[in-house]
Amino acid sequence: MNAPLIGARIPRKEDYRFLTGAGRYTDDVTLPHQTHAVFVRSPHAHAKIKSINSSRAKSAPGVLAVYTGDDIAAAKLGGLPCGWLITDVNGQPMKEPPYPVLAQGKVRFSGERVAVVVAETLDQAHDAAELVEVNYEVLPAVVDAVKALAKGAPALHEVAPDNTCYVWALGDKSAVDAAFAKAAHVTKLEFVNNRLIPNAIEPRAANGSYSRADDSYTLYVASQNPHVERLLMTAFVMGLPEHKVRVVAGDVGGGFGSKIYLYAEDVVVTWASKQLNRPVKWTADRSESYLSDAHGRDHTTTAELALDKDGKFLAMRVKTAANVGAYLSTFASCVPTILYATLLAGQYTTPVIHCEVTAVFTNTSPVDAYRGAGRPEATYVVERLVETAARELKIDAAEIRRRNFIRSFPYQTPVALLYDTGNYDATLDAATKMADVAGFAARKAEAAKRGKLRGLGYACYIEACGIAPSAVAGSLGARAGLFEAGEIRVHPTGSVTVFTGSHSHGQGHETSFAQVVADRLGLPIDSVDIVHGDTSKILFGMGTYGSRSIAVGGTAIVKALDKIVAKGKKIAAHLLEAAEADIEYDRGVFTVKGTDKKKMFGEVSFAAYVPHNYPHDKLEPGLNENAFYDPTNFTFPAGSYVCEVEVDPETGVVRIERWIAVDDFGKIINPMIVDGQVHGGLAQGIGQALTENCHYDASGQLVTGSFMDYSIPRATDVPMFEVDTRETPCTHNPLGVKGCGEAGAIGAPAALMNAITDAIGAKDLPMPATPQTVWRAIQNEKAA
Amino acid sequence: MAVRVSFKVNGKSVSSEVEERTLLVSLIRDTLRLTGTHVGCDTAQCGACTVMMNGRAVKSCSMLAMQAEGAEITTIEGVAKPDGTLHPMQAAFKEHHGLQCGFCTPGMVINAIDFAKGNPNPTEQDVREALEGNLCRCTGYHNIVKSIMAGAKAMAAAK
Ligand code: FES
Ligand code: FES
Repeated sequence: MNAPLIGARIPRKEDYRFLTGAGRYTDDVTLPHQTHAVFVRSPHAHAKIKSINSSRAKSAPGVLAVYTGDDIAAAKLGGLPCGWLITDVNGQPMKEPPYPVLAQGKVRFSGERVAVVVAETLDQAHDAAELVEVNYEVLPAVVDAVKALAKGAPALHEVAPDNTCYVWALGDKSAVDAAFAKAAHVTKLEFVNNRLIPNAIEPRAANGSYSRADDSYTLYVASQNPHVERLLMTAFVMGLPEHKVRVVAGDVGGGFGSKIYLYAEDVVVTWASKQLNRPVKWTADRSESYLSDAHGRDHTTTAELALDKDGKFLAMRVKTAANVGAYLSTFASCVPTILYATLLAGQYTTPVIHCEVTAVFTNTSPVDAYRGAGRPEATYVVERLVETAARELKIDAAEIRRRNFIRSFPYQTPVALLYDTGNYDATLDAATKMADVAGFAARKAEAAKRGKLRGLGYACYIEACGIAPSAVAGSLGARAGLFEAGEIRVHPTGSVTVFTGSHSHGQGHETSFAQVVADRLGLPIDSVDIVHGDTSKILFGMGTYGSRSIAVGGTAIVKALDKIVAKGKKIAAHLLEAAEADIEYDRGVFTVKGTDKKKMFGEVSFAAYVPHNYPHDKLEPGLNENAFYDPTNFTFPAGSYVCEVEVDPETGVVRIERWIAVDDFGKIINPMIVDGQVHGGLAQGIGQALTENCHYDASGQLVTGSFMDYSIPRATDVPMFEVDTRETPCTHNPLGVKGCGEAGAIGAPAALMNAITDAIGAKDLPMPATPQTVWRAIQNEKAA
Repeated sequence: MAVRVSFKVNGKSVSSEVEERTLLVSLIRDTLRLTGTHVGCDTAQCGACTVMMNGRAVKSCSMLAMQAEGAEITTIEGVAKPDGTLHPMQAAFKEHHGLQCGFCTPGMVINAIDFAKGNPNPTEQDVREALEGNLCRCTGYHNIVKSIMAGAKAMAAAK
């Protein structure tokens, strides 16, 4: 028998392909008779379209068609749907203005699609796009959520004259107010959780084609969830039967949320491919990604924590204005609500919590889930409040957390979640030890001698992953199920192909999922291949986001494995002439209890496909099983991050000296991959806190529209990370796994800002803590 | 106006009609169908398009195809041995999990090979500075840095 594969650091099966240039990303797909699309985008944030003259463009060399909103309306294509209904505090459904795939009479953000040019070559399409004349009447714009709520602000949509999509609340307000009235101490912070642009290095791309022969479509698209893309596109936008549409998301170069959604470009190229009877490809250039990928975060928040004199948390009160952009993107509505307010208990026993969220339309690109999605914003609220409270009450920052940790499980929070398990002391203790917190005072003194300011910050985060129990999600407004599907196809000679509805765009499922299957079946890992990302091959899938793949998709595979083993036992019993009840199975070997009689997995699979000696009266031939899995609860990864920084007071430059991350992801399949996920998440969280900021000017022009102006971390901006794990297995899935993809991005911003504010002695500081921001804050502290 | 450009790519002579404005990266990707070279930006920042030209790593998105006249170019498809064995730098990326989605990877590997030729035993800081022109959104660079440090040593040892 082979060595155990679960828990092993196995190099990735997919790497050879990527390392040799053999990956096949969407833009790499060029079909026979390929044509190319370029979108004409609005240069204005808010304007009426008075007229569009595309006649010059239409007669330009190589141009096959120019389509505008009128063509889309004539074809009766629907708008892009929102997948989550939030109910307003007044009992009314949220406002859902139409989100047309090409603008209808009005544009509402700069970068909105106004027309599309399709030509024989990309250059021709670009040239002709310049010739499309759009006559705009520019309207006043508003880009800031708080300003958009003010009286007299420009209104984007007729259905929401006050720009309010919904006001939503969670928690017992009167209990919270009563607790605040009696509190010995209240810590209050007001801040903006800065708006981010995801920036997967592969830009979005879509290549639609149509076959008259069988009246069917194929869409190659950079997507995190091809089945959901197909469902939304067919059922809600194009009115097509699903079986006539195949969606293929092959290799995808990073997603981080931005490739979850159904985008207008995907619909337009698919529709246009039928009009032209030719494949139509569009690939974003980076400028288009900046303008039109869904952005993330953008909360303006007032947060208060009530404590008793010993630092025990009594209540939390949070009020947030969430910028949703110009239109509702696919999951926009659930991010600042369901994925945010429910996480405000953090790792603590805060008995009562109230959160009110106002979602606001503005003349900016739509905002949706970006790595962490709501949970980084919640963690930032909780962990900045906790650390600030500790400083105000002069309690050690780790100690105040320990005084409030949840220690008995299952634990029902006041904000709807039921934590199944956890051990927050274990991760915090390990992190403080690794960080040598005891030696910090000496390091700070030494730094001071060199004229440097040294600071230490913590973040103890929790996240709700393994999204999601469908019934719970449905009761909260989800318009889709959130299960996952998997299929195990055992071939006659005992090798295996696994089909999963999860999608890998960097997470390494082709390896970690294969580890799970090969381990259970006692096979070498090379005997197991994972197939994902093609609706024509895979049963169904809800895709990858919310750190759900191993917890939900992995469990679906385990359920299918159970069925394989169950059938294998029947076959083995027949071959071994034993009672089925006497057959035992362990990692590829069927034995008769108490004897040395056995059959190997390969012998059983061979018998299933060459059924000469086979229980035909009881069993069908073949060995192929599938399973759908709908989780019974969320999973709750949690951990402790400690960050130590040095600030140069002369320049405001922040240097991260050390970064310690101790996470509890439950059981781990491949620690190498998990470490990598943590590293990547941390870098994105550090980006938010240190370098990244999406900025629109007052007229709605995107000022940070390239890698030159919007700075994602470079190699010199981040340190080597010191990562470790502690393990409390998830109690409600068979692998005991919780998910690890978002943790770093969730915990990092608060830890870093806690460290910087500690270093410079400021109560608060806006993100990103650029040298200018930090330097100004130091001057302010000096003046005060 | 179309012009003819002739050069060697991965050891093979090629000759192609291009427009004057055609970028080297589109000649490589769209005409030669060597799609391992990627495009991640339009401001010469990300490095996904990096290829080896006359032994030096260059960003093929910021050169005209015409400028490759007479050059010897190696793309990621030409880095492994003809029998498929990985180059020591590629092997180091695999060993140290220096890639996740793989999109930045070809550019990272080409740039790393160029860097390692002059830096057989680089420090962490050397490597980080050498990555100034290559962006990765997945890995947080940690394992890329480890890969390149190990790959540089392996390349030196293989000489
Ligand atoms: S595509 Fe060449 S540097 Fe980004
Ligand atoms: S591995 Fe995805 S961008 Fe680097």
